[in-house]
Amino acid sequence: MNLDTAADPQHVERVDVQPVNAQRNRQPLYAPRKKVFPKRAEGRFRRFKWIVMLVTLGIYYLVPWIRWDRGPYAPDQAILIDMSTRRFFFFFIEIWPQEFYYVAGLLVMAGFGLFLVTSAVGRAWCGYACPQTVWVDLFLVVERFIEGDRNARMRLDAGPWTWDKVKKRLAKHAIWLVIGAGTGGAWIFYFADAPTLIVELFTGQAATAAYVTVAILTATTYVFGGFMREQVCTYMCPWPRIQGAMLDENSLVVTYNDWRGEPRTRHAKKAQAQGQSTGDCVDCNACVAVCPMGIDIRDGQQMECITCALCIDACDGVMDKIGLPRGLIAYATLDEYSGNMNLATQNGTTAVQPSRVRSPEGKFIGAIRHFNWRIIFRPRLIVYAVVWTAIGITMIVHLSMRERLELNVVHDRNPQYVLESDGSIRNGYTLRLLNMVPAQRKVHLSLVGLEGATMRVAELGKDSGRSFTIDVTPDAATNLKVFITLDPKVTTSDSFEFVAEAEDHSDKATYRAAFNVPGDKP
Amino acid sequence: MSEEHRDELSGVETTGHEWDGIRELNNPMPRWWVYTFYATILWAVVYVFFYPAIPMISSATKGYLGFSSRAELQQDLDQAKLGQAQFHEMIAAKSVQEIDADPTLREFAVSGGASAFKVNCAPCHGSGAAGGPGFPNLNDDDWLWGGDLDGIQTTIAHGVRYDGDPDTHVSEMPAFGEILKIDETRQVAAYVWSLTNTPSSAALADAGKQVFMDNCAACHADDAKGKVDMGAPNLADAIWLKGRGEDAIARQVLAPRHGVMPAWQGRLGETAVKQLTVFVHSLGGGK
Repeated sequence: MNLDTAADPQHVERVDVQPVNAQRNRQPLYAPRKKVFPKRAEGRFRRFKWIVMLVTLGIYYLVPWIRWDRGPYAPDQAILIDMSTRRFFFFFIEIWPQEFYYVAGLLVMAGFGLFLVTSAVGRAWCGYACPQTVWVDLFLVVERFIEGDRNARMRLDAGPWTWDKVKKRLAKHAIWLVIGAGTGGAWIFYFADAPTLIVELFTGQAATAAYVTVAILTATTYVFGGFMREQVCTYMCPWPRIQGAMLDENSLVVTYNDWRGEPRTRHAKKAQAQGQSTGDCVDCNACVAVCPMGIDIRDGQQMECITCALCIDACDGVMDKIGLPRGLIAYATLDEYSGNMNLATQNGTTAVQPSRVRSPEGKFIGAIRHFNWRIIFRPRLIVYAVVWTAIGITMIVHLSMRERLELNVVHDRNPQYVLESDGSIRNGYTLRLLNMVPAQRKVHLSLVGLEGATMRVAELGKDSGRSFTIDVTPDAATNLKVFITLDPKVTTSDSFEFVAEAEDHSDKATYRAAFNVPGDKP
Repeated sequence: MSEEHRDELSGVETTGHEWDGIRELNNPMPRWWVYTFYATILWAVVYVFFYPAIPMISSATKGYLGFSSRAELQQDLDQAKLGQAQFHEMIAAKSVQEIDADPTLREFAVSGGASAFKVNCAPCHGSGAAGGPGFPNLNDDDWLWGGDLDGIQTTIAHGVRYDGDPDTHVSEMPAFGEILKIDETRQVAAYVWSLTNTPSSAALADAGKQVFMDNCAACHADDAKGKVDMGAPNLADAIWLKGRGEDAIARQVLAPRHGVMPAWQGRLGETAVKQLTVFVHSLGGGK
């Protein structure tokens, strides 16, 4: 060891390195939710959202209680998904499982409806009608009622756990849980007779599935509405990701018009006195405070924005107060926004200069573009609307023309034919007559074709003939064993039809069946 | 190790890897996600405690609830048996005619009979009850020992030419090879065939008529339509048990073969025999 250099730190080589996992550099693996405290907004969009909320919640909670008389052989609930008998009742429409294509049609219509609305007015579904939005709104009403508006809630949240805080929190969560239970409770009424089920539910006699469903939906409502809120939209829902493909330059989206807002300043008069140009935005952050998603719309269109338009209400209120025209934040298309932006920035060559879009008197210049409602009738939307309508009309026509009597025939395979002692040939068939109306009916069953053949219905005894009248069970299938005997002296075509027709001629069903004869027919 | 890199637009650190100019932002996961993950672990622990989960040498751990899908199936089967018990009682108490007249009981008996038929009767009569040479077709309207409900029930219960049952149907056609000359055998075969078909020679058939009257009519009746009491087949119809044609008839006349059917009452019990009776009767040929 060289004792001369050992004491001199100058000789130690310095390494240029950053501690990657040092406390100050380390990234958290899991980010906690940052709480959002939306302020109460007031204005036309907020009023519209109250109405939508009332209507949608009203439909959801009240519809199972509407009665609809269908006679003694079917339930009297207007909308009922009856799993035990596999029937779906919707007012005057009854759907059997094999008619599920109507539901598929409705789903296709829902899809096209969503495309139509999204290309026209952006994520209107998210902002106004989505259950997540509606229930979060409802939960926020409760939260505001108990804890106060934004500032009071933030104080309460940051403050110590006083008795008052405990009381408020307990009350809030209790009401939330009641709403959650009500939500789950209303759901199950769609699947059973509501007045009966509600009694069973509270007397402990309802099916386990009912209680489990209520429990699960209570939990999801409580957690999604009370805790996860905007995280459901941002992380769990696929629609925000799909909407990027659905929007085009002519779709209406909530837009911050920075061509008139920038440069924003809180001290407009001072800035103007110093000769600086100022935009309309006074940087009051009212739009941020009301946002339930916790974003700043002034950053531009972003995935988190559900276009609830509450920032429009907030900003319009501020604009009214300071005497500027409304619409600093407004529904606008990308097309018109870009046009106005190009005016204000001289095609992007400079920063936004308000003087380019305003006359010296403060009025907007004539070249400013405003929303033109004719843009709604662009080809893309017309195609969506036409497809949507066509599916709807097809379904209505099909629904009105459908037969409520169905006939299915299974030809006996083992044995394929039976030789009778008089040399005639007999074939067996299992018939399934579906009487799809909740009423007792008489149905005429007859043979068409196969001359020289007679039919015998095992359930009706030993009589032979070519036509029988059958009493069919209401809203159910009737099974029949039918034997057809062909006289050996008759040679005819081996194909014929079973025809079933209701006695009042309202419905008719036919089935083409085959008649088998042996190769070495005597 | 990759270099630290920050995305210009979002200011978020990337994972450092690059694929054709595309980088992945290294955003932290939302915390609720990890809570959900912990919840699933907790669920697994609870599940292991309550349900069979860990495989051991001869079987898996039983779990606190003692669940087993086999026991559940057995429970379902017992339940089904319990549900059937009332029908079995009614079938035991009623006659086959009463069962056949009651639509609910009839449906139950036909289903039960069909499954008993598949197990016990199908080996000889075929799964579709269509029989074969020497084994009667039960679908047609030709019955050796009677095709009404009572007749079918007796045959199933006691069998045919079955040693183990004193009430069994007994009949035996003599071997006419020792009684008739070979010419007479040819003649009678031609005559019997001529009753429903065209014989090989009209003269042969004419001559056979007298032979038939002298030797066969006692059992098969003057019109050759057979006698159910004796189990003597109807020779004047389209159905041939042993085989079609004059040669087959001649063979049967010379050296008859006789089928044997076991008695089922003792093996299956009266309820099953009643169900089988209603099922066989329902095949289409029942009288």
